Amino acid sequence: MHSPHIAKPTTVSVIMFKVLAALVPGLILSVFFNGIGVLAQLALATATALLAEAAMLKLRGVPVRFFLRDGSAVLTAWLLALTMPSLGAWWLIVVATLFAIVIAKQLYGGLGNNPFNPAMAGFAAVIVAFPAQMAQWASPGVPLNALQQLAYIFTHQLPSSGAPDAVAPATSLGLLKTRMLLDGYDVSQFFATPLYGHVAGFGGVWIALAYLAGGLFLWRQRLIPWQTPVAMLVGAASVALPLWQYDPVHFANPLFHLTASATMLAAFFIVTDPVTAPTTSRGRLIFGFLVGVLLYVIRVFGGMPDAVAFAVLIMNIAVPFIDHTIKPPVFGAKRKGGPA
Amino acid sequence: MSKLYTFHGGIELPENKQQSTGRPIGTPPLPARLCLPLSQNLGNPAKPCVAVGDRVLKGQRIAEADGTVSAALHAPTSGTVVEIAPRAFAHPSGLAETAIVIEADGRDEWQPRQGFPLWQSAEPAEVRRFLRDMGVVGLGGSMFPTSLKLASETLDTLVINGAECEPYISCDDLLMRERAADIVAGIAIVTRLMQPKQVLIGIEDNKSEAIAAMRAACMNTPYRVVAVPTKYPSGSAKQLIRVLTGIEIPHGMRYTDMGVQCFNVGTVYSVCRAVEHGEPVISRIVTLSGAVARPQNVEALLGTPVTELMAWAGLSPRNDGVILGGPMTGFRLSDLSVGITKSSNCLLGSSPKLFPPRPPAMPCIRCGECADACPAKLQPMDLFWFAKTKDFGKAQERNLFDCIECGACSYVCPSQLPLVDYYRFAKSEIWAAERDKKASDRARSRHEFRLFRIEREKIEKAQRLAERSTAAKAAPQTATTAGTNSHLTPSAEDKSAAIKAAMERAAALKATGKESPVMQSEEAKQAAIQAAMERAAARKAAREAAGETPLQPPSASDEAKKAAIQAAMERAAAQRAAQAAASVGLPETPAAPIVPNNVLDDAKKAAIQAAMARAAAKKAEREAAEVNQRSGAAPATNALDDAKKAAIKAAMERAAAKKAALDTADAAPPATDTSPAAPAAQPAAMDDAKRAAIKAAMERAAARKAARDAEQGRDTEQDKDS
Repeated sequence: MHSPHIAKPTTVSVIMFKVLAALVPGLILSVFFNGIGVLAQLALATATALLAEAAMLKLRGVPVRFFLRDGSAVLTAWLLALTMPSLGAWWLIVVATLFAIVIAKQLYGGLGNNPFNPAMAGFAAVIVAFPAQMAQWASPGVPLNALQQLAYIFTHQLPSSGAPDAVAPATSLGLLKTRMLLDGYDVSQFFATPLYGHVAGFGGVWIALAYLAGGLFLWRQRLIPWQTPVAMLVGAASVALPLWQYDPVHFANPLFHLTASATMLAAFFIVTDPVTAPTTSRGRLIFGFLVGVLLYVIRVFGGMPDAVAFAVLIMNIAVPFIDHTIKPPVFGAKRKGGPA
Repeated sequence: MSKLYTFHGGIELPENKQQSTGRPIGTPPLPARLCLPLSQNLGNPAKPCVAVGDRVLKGQRIAEADGTVSAALHAPTSGTVVEIAPRAFAHPSGLAETAIVIEADGRDEWQPRQGFPLWQSAEPAEVRRFLRDMGVVGLGGSMFPTSLKLASETLDTLVINGAECEPYISCDDLLMRERAADIVAGIAIVTRLMQPKQVLIGIEDNKSEAIAAMRAACMNTPYRVVAVPTKYPSGSAKQLIRVLTGIEIPHGMRYTDMGVQCFNVGTVYSVCRAVEHGEPVISRIVTLSGAVARPQNVEALLGTPVTELMAWAGLSPRNDGVILGGPMTGFRLSDLSVGITKSSNCLLGSSPKLFPPRPPAMPCIRCGECADACPAKLQPMDLFWFAKTKDFGKAQERNLFDCIECGACSYVCPSQLPLVDYYRFAKSEIWAAERDKKASDRARSRHEFRLFRIEREKIEKAQRLAERSTAAKAAPQTATTAGTNSHLTPSAEDKSAAIKAAMERAAALKATGKESPVMQSEEAKQAAIQAAMERAAARKAAREAAGETPLQPPSASDEAKKAAIQAAMERAAAQRAAQAAASVGLPETPAAPIVPNNVLDDAKKAAIQAAMARAAAKKAEREAAEVNQRSGAAPATNALDDAKKAAIKAAMERAAAKKAALDTADAAPPATDTSPAAPAAQPAAMDDAKRAAIKAAMERAAARKAARDAEQGRDTEQDKDS
């Protein structure tokens, strides 16, 4: 009825599915390095997310099919599956997904209205509630085959052949922390262990690079801004670099932090979630930078080696304030150094 | 090449211009009937100057400019005026507007054409008036009277807008290709009127033929044709000015205040046709495109029905309506019988395939695409939120009215939110609220003034009464020697009058239910009245004394006495008034019933002072007599001189008092006491009233200014030439 009478064909669904596509390289490498368990987690999360989303949409009395098609629930599920331990029990990811979709998203009013990143809220909920069960990563030294991984996820039974070390308690970050605390390792000793070379170290770097590639694709497609990811990586490095310079024995190389665990995933797929990030360029820079700083601080000085979720959630709280405070000048408003 | 700037935001759109640029400007058949709405310019609609049944010639003025912000309207062809009545109007509202309907006689007979050959030497104001009478308005879409935009006589940069950024539209493109010489001639006229330091003609770089044609036409002129990057909405005047000069004109600011002015190529073309050829604006180039068989540009007479033009272009039978304007800012016509106007740049046949209905909207995901696209550098997602929650104050705070409604945000929104509709809604709600507020303010001030008037009339009545009775008492006493207690007698009359007035005031107060602040001004009024009455008595005495002086030269000493007494009485009155004013400020000021005592006391005081003055006067007289005796010179003359001096002084004091009272009255109309007396009392008591009145006046002025600015801003900023 009213102008404009034409519209850009890029809809929310298109955006969501392009983001999913950008995750695929990282997903493939994750399966390659962490085992088939990742795919099981992915399937569990996706199914749970769609069912929970549909049920909640129905309860809220909004069109179910219309909103289910936007793809946002699937994206949340994928992000969860990629951050949860690959050999975590089946109910763990189900609980995390339910929390993400039902509580963190739909109870706040669904797509666009959630103040917290749903995937990170779900992750935080289970890591606080079930810390022991969250330490269920496939151990690099003793690989389980696909069937054995699935059996472990669903029944929590390891093969009778006996492989007590098949399940590692943590990612490289967690390992670094525990080795330094318990065994008195310094950083160089840790990097010398075969564990690092395999778990999230070597493999992790490849996965991180795959996420980086996906992120660059999204940026090229103008689907994510550059400010948030760049600011987040700079933020983390800005703390890591001076500390590493100051004491390389006790503080790891900034590159280790940038390529470890979920750093790249967070930078390009989590802090870039538009709903829970600021809307202005300056706001995005501030938000991203502080996520990066918090990420490092919580990882190194806090009790949670997998700090992405907490860093993001804490900064989600600050987003309304950032958006309220930062008001870019309008057309014609006086600017410093500008011609008008 | 000059340096080009960029403007924030903007979007790339499928151009769809090539459909209509393949054919030259065509001439559709003469329509049988032309419907010309009087509202073809921004501001006041034109006033018809023909009657039903009149025969008109082509180019004959049929409606005159009504005021400054208006432009005339002319018959597009010869024929008969058959109707002057409300007719459907090409407006989104679909509301009717008064229109003149002309039945064409088919002869298309021109009236004698009279240009303005002496424009080079004429006063700019004359040329502007001529253009207004030739109906020249902004043809880019604003319909802002061109005569007003030409008003500045110095300018840094004149921008000629040939950007034409909106998809499908190509009327300016074809005009530049085919009639570049006339456009340049029009620029010459505008340049003569505005004396710009440079002239820049901005054309989007997707119109290479138009650029070539304009460059050729500008060959021997200082005008520069600048190809600007194709980006919507670079044809919006502010954005084009930004691209060409780097200047950003803030919302509400006049272009000429920043040293820039901008005209559409179509507008300068019509300036040339009017001035050089005596042709008023009776036609314009219209792009016919979209779902039509023969898309092309036509030179259509104003008032040509849309149906006829679309029939000529071959509107697709699968159409679902016609869009007037482009796909970004145009609107669907609800009635296709409307005649085209000076702002109708494009008619698009719509079909579900070309312009599909907008899919259902998703929630806003705050992606910020809209902010990236907004050429006004707004935060559209915030404005959307404020409009949706009807938080209009916040929306205004976040510069809602800077929005030029270009539609870029709606276009890019992945959630398909009709953002511009939300902004239009918010704007119209704010305008409606302001109208309501103005109406209620007016009603309230009218009511307040009525109450004040009633009160004032009562006071005036009481005062007249008091003066009359004072005069009656004073008359017989003038014969007796001054210095008797004559002054006390009228004070008894004063008392009764004052009591009456006070009672009336009390009643009025009770009726209006007003509280203490009013009481204070009431007290002031009271004091003023009393002082006035006393002063009136004194004045009367003085008048009589002055009148008697020339008649009774021998009793010169008596005259001197009288004058002294008068002066003393004046002083007493002033003192009295000052006391009253002081008492007004006190919280324990006695209420109305106690006033008589006050009056009595004051009268006594005045009498005592008068007596003292009399004594002083007697002494002075004695001394004067002694001096006279000693000098032996004409005593009468000396005494007379003194009397005169005293009288003059008294008169001067009176004049000063009057002036002070008048000043107070002028400054504070709602609190005006018509009594010209009590200069000392009034200013003090009325300070508050005055301040309030001044503040109100300032607010009114500010509001008026804001309204004017807003109007001006709207006018100019919508000068979109796409």
